[in-house]
Amino acid sequence: MSEKHVNDYASVPDARGHFGPYGGRFVAETLISALDELQAVYQKLKNDAAFQSEFDADLAHYVGRPSPLYHAEHWSRKVGGAQIFLKREDLNHTGAHKVNNTIGQALLAKYMGKPRVIAETGAGQHGVASATVAARFGMQCHVFMGEEDVRRQSLNVYRMKLLGAEVIPVTSGSRTLKDAMNEALRDWVTNVDNTFYIIGTVAGPAPYPQMVRDFQSVIGRETRRQMLEQTGALPDALVACVGGGSNAIGLFHPMLEDEAVAMYGVEAGGDGVETGRHAAPLNDGVPGVLHGNRTYLMEDEDGQIIETHSISAGLDYPGVGPEHAWLKDIGRVKYVAINDDEAMQAFRDLTRIEGIMPALETAHALAYTEKLARDMSKDKRIVVNLSGRGDKDILTVADIDGISF
Amino acid sequence: MSRIKKTLRQLKQNGRKAVVPYIVAGDPGIESTLPLMHALVEAGADIIELGVPFSDPMAEGPVIQLAHERALAQGVSLQQTLDTVAAFRRSDTQTPVVLMGYANPVEAFGYTRFATSAAAAGVDGILTVDMPPEEIGALNTALREQDIDSILLIAPTTTDQRIEKICAAASGYIYYVSLKGVTGAGHLDSASVAAKVARIRNASDLPVCVGFGIKDAASAKAVAAVADGVVVGSVLVDALASAAKQGASTEELTRVAAKLLKEIVNGAAAARGA
Repeated sequence: MSEKHVNDYASVPDARGHFGPYGGRFVAETLISALDELQAVYQKLKNDAAFQSEFDADLAHYVGRPSPLYHAEHWSRKVGGAQIFLKREDLNHTGAHKVNNTIGQALLAKYMGKPRVIAETGAGQHGVASATVAARFGMQCHVFMGEEDVRRQSLNVYRMKLLGAEVIPVTSGSRTLKDAMNEALRDWVTNVDNTFYIIGTVAGPAPYPQMVRDFQSVIGRETRRQMLEQTGALPDALVACVGGGSNAIGLFHPMLEDEAVAMYGVEAGGDGVETGRHAAPLNDGVPGVLHGNRTYLMEDEDGQIIETHSISAGLDYPGVGPEHAWLKDIGRVKYVAINDDEAMQAFRDLTRIEGIMPALETAHALAYTEKLARDMSKDKRIVVNLSGRGDKDILTVADIDGISF
Repeated sequence: MSRIKKTLRQLKQNGRKAVVPYIVAGDPGIESTLPLMHALVEAGADIIELGVPFSDPMAEGPVIQLAHERALAQGVSLQQTLDTVAAFRRSDTQTPVVLMGYANPVEAFGYTRFATSAAAAGVDGILTVDMPPEEIGALNTALREQDIDSILLIAPTTTDQRIEKICAAASGYIYYVSLKGVTGAGHLDSASVAAKVARIRNASDLPVCVGFGIKDAASAKAVAAVADGVVVGSVLVDALASAAKQGASTEELTRVAAKLLKEIVNGAAAARGA
């Protein structure tokens, strides 16, 4: 990496939310004033000691941070290469990294006096994390979820209902995460006065990509410190799965300036990138505009968004956060893809070898970590973000195994 | 002078209000769009807004979402929409046509190529729903070179400061979104529309057409009393969809569209001197 990147990382996004040519604010006029208000409040509270200490206290006592950094010795030995460390975001309250962001956004909603929150969800982790914070703050919560995902993730749907949220199945388009986001935006435009939209990833119109990154960056800050404490050195490589890319940016961002740390974002290869049936826009997409930002998208030659394919509902999204698009173009992060079957194997491996059952999203990162580690010497160290636990995926895995309950 | 400017100026001189129907290109069928455009003009349309189908029409309510889905299912996209306008222009050289759609098909087409092709087809204006003034600069440059008007939205939530910024980036007319919501939603508050239109007029000489929530003669009259034009979309698209579902021929569809539009035209006309 060249020296010039050091300054670049601090320069994005610009005042209008652009990461190089990506990001920005592509929404209908009705939402602009709400985004302006959110941006102003966020800019103020970001540097407000009382807000920050409330956020930090919630992360410590409600979420359970810091999350452990675990040296997966058994798995590392089995792989036979670099030492693999797991950043245990699966041990957070609600079982994934998503809650770091929903805590932050719910606090913003509280400061802004919004009585109602809405969210989109794919795998249901962000929906659960949103329903959780809404329950805690006594806010009304509506979660939009593609009908197909409601079926794939029935356990999380029930969790959200138990938490008092209303889950609204979305029947338009491909009935997955992208359609849920369309529907959430439609709801927001209609109820903009009393509603806070908790976007679950580092995408959407500015200021969301930056805001969600900032809330998730606790992952990378802790990881950096924990690696120095445990090993006396920074990791040689970081690996994280990328759907919208919030867990990845959270891990990467605080170490972007540590140029010796290699970074790998792992997209969902579905049936294989070469088949076209995947969810890997950074590997096989083109820049375009969707859901409020310019980024890499999966689309046809007419600019129509195409259906994505992944075993994992949380990665089944045709776009990606704009900062990832920029990091790809400048070459700071390498984006790769892992197929459904490779992810399934990694799910089984980690479960049997370390007794840790990862989310299917996370399993993509694990599968790539295994490939990467194999070619590295035993004194090298990789940190992989164990972004979520796999309980929610048990029915999907059972289905593959031909078991029904 | 652009066709849009000329049309709206003439209407104003005659004390009339513009009636602007919206249909989606390719809906309910590929073959019906061109006859529908002519029938709408015949029934009193002053400007036609033609929706460009998109897979993720975020600002649309269910009625127009389904219209986009039907059009896409038949493979209609931006190029076919331009071809339809070109065909329309062969027999109608007067009525302005505005393409209303989303950024991504235009991004995929390329701004310069799009502006050139649109001008060649006889398109007069472009309304890109998800491009606020902050993001529209490069597209506007390409459109201006081809003398195509750039229609921008103003919403109930738009501040006075932004109204000025939007008016500075727009040409042709301003599309005022009458309510907070998606197309086809809710219920029109004509007093708040009147107040906002007055603020737009303080900032600019551009004509103001109002859309979202205009369903019948009464709502057309209420809006026409305070604006320069009324846009009617969902109710028209819905009527066409219902007729098509019952197996209506293209000719029957044109009759359905004409009947509905005449009601709106009469409503808008009733606002004269009201």
